[in-house]
Amino acid sequence: MSTEISIQRSVKPLGKDELAALVARDIAPGSFVNLGIGQPTLVSNYLTEEQNITLHTENGMLGMGPEAVGEQIDGDLINAGKIPVTELPGASYFHHADSFAIMRGGHLDICVLGAFQVSATGDLANWHTGAPDAIPAVGGAMDLATGAKDVFVMMTLLTRDGTSKLVEACTYPLTGVGCVTRVYTDKAVFLIGPDGVTVRETFGITLEELQQLVPVPLKATSAVGV
Amino acid sequence: MLQFIDTVGEAVAGIRDGSTVMIGGFGNAGQPFELIDALLDSGATDLTVVNNNAGQGDQGLALLIKEGRVRKMICSFPRQSDSWHFDEKYRAGKIELELVPQGNLAERIRAAGAGIGGFFTPTGYGTMLAEGKETRFLDGKWQVFETPIHADVALIKALTADRKGNLVYRKTARNFGPIMAAAAKHTIVQVSEIVPTGALDPENIVTPGIYVNSIVRVAGTPAERAA
Repeated sequence: MSTEISIQRSVKPLGKDELAALVARDIAPGSFVNLGIGQPTLVSNYLTEEQNITLHTENGMLGMGPEAVGEQIDGDLINAGKIPVTELPGASYFHHADSFAIMRGGHLDICVLGAFQVSATGDLANWHTGAPDAIPAVGGAMDLATGAKDVFVMMTLLTRDGTSKLVEACTYPLTGVGCVTRVYTDKAVFLIGPDGVTVRETFGITLEELQQLVPVPLKATSAVGV
Repeated sequence: MLQFIDTVGEAVAGIRDGSTVMIGGFGNAGQPFELIDALLDSGATDLTVVNNNAGQGDQGLALLIKEGRVRKMICSFPRQSDSWHFDEKYRAGKIELELVPQGNLAERIRAAGAGIGGFFTPTGYGTMLAEGKETRFLDGKWQVFETPIHADVALIKALTADRKGNLVYRKTARNFGPIMAAAAKHTIVQVSEIVPTGALDPENIVTPGIYVNSIVRVAGTPAERAA
């Protein structure tokens, strides 16, 4: 399934599906990609056949297909979110140590993750709120954050109470240090590099308005109108 | 020596109180439910269990935890929407938790089976899960020292065994089976089917029989049991 969404002309904040379509469009043809649980999973709906993307699921498979329905459902064929999925022609299965060697060894091109917070230097917090009564569960989050060549984050820019999730330094417990390279939000796309945070695109907001929301110095690429 | 055992009860009879038991499976896929039920029936207690999760729903590992047989869980993802038995024990302070990033869990198990005394990995560096651990700057990045996880027993599920103990798995139910089989002193496998020696293509064998001690056939396809 492929949906064309005109990002350049977007004059309002992006919805989840529009954001997923934008991430999908930015994935280079032939890439090996891991999509995290939750919002990142939506990206798979917008990958085209021509892109020839291979999806990895960390419980032990390359060549994962769409979610299984009806008679396709097989308890032995699930994704990292424990949702029944399908296999595509050319799929392969491997054990857990091999699956995480694929990540840690730098073989995955991109992983797309959700986040509580991302810092100006690319630190990621997405596994634990740090609340004293919370039962911690990390799964593969730290491995994914550390292993892929590029780590894209998808999130709303603001929390429900209007605080920026793009921060100077994370206050939630870290998942990985300096690992995030891009942040896709409903209001803008941010590139994180050694020279700081650059705004690539904005959606229904001016750079000046964006800077008032985000407590991190922002630079703009030439494509962003001021 | 490799043994073919008639019942799951006999297969787990030798597991002593205080043992460290690796249990295969990621969620329900590959979880050896019948062996876990037999372990529950055996009465073995004070166990340290290594699994990716900490049980879900009211079956398998979740019941072992509910009945108070598990002293400590070593896992990556205990909290799930249906992990109520673990949650209750954890909140009551009745179960110890060693939380390990999933890839570090897998590699620590692999290391045990491969005779590796420890390794440096970038996963977890700078996080609370690496606190107190040795770190080094190696190969262009900061890395954390992790140690192997050994076990007295592994309980795993495979699809097919031959009479040499060679194993073939099914789809993503393979998950931790091959590395746990190698890491434990004694590996007990439940399979759907036992075939004669020579019936499996040697090129396609996933776990060589050298890692396997006991095999028990459990009726039903793995997919049916996992659903």
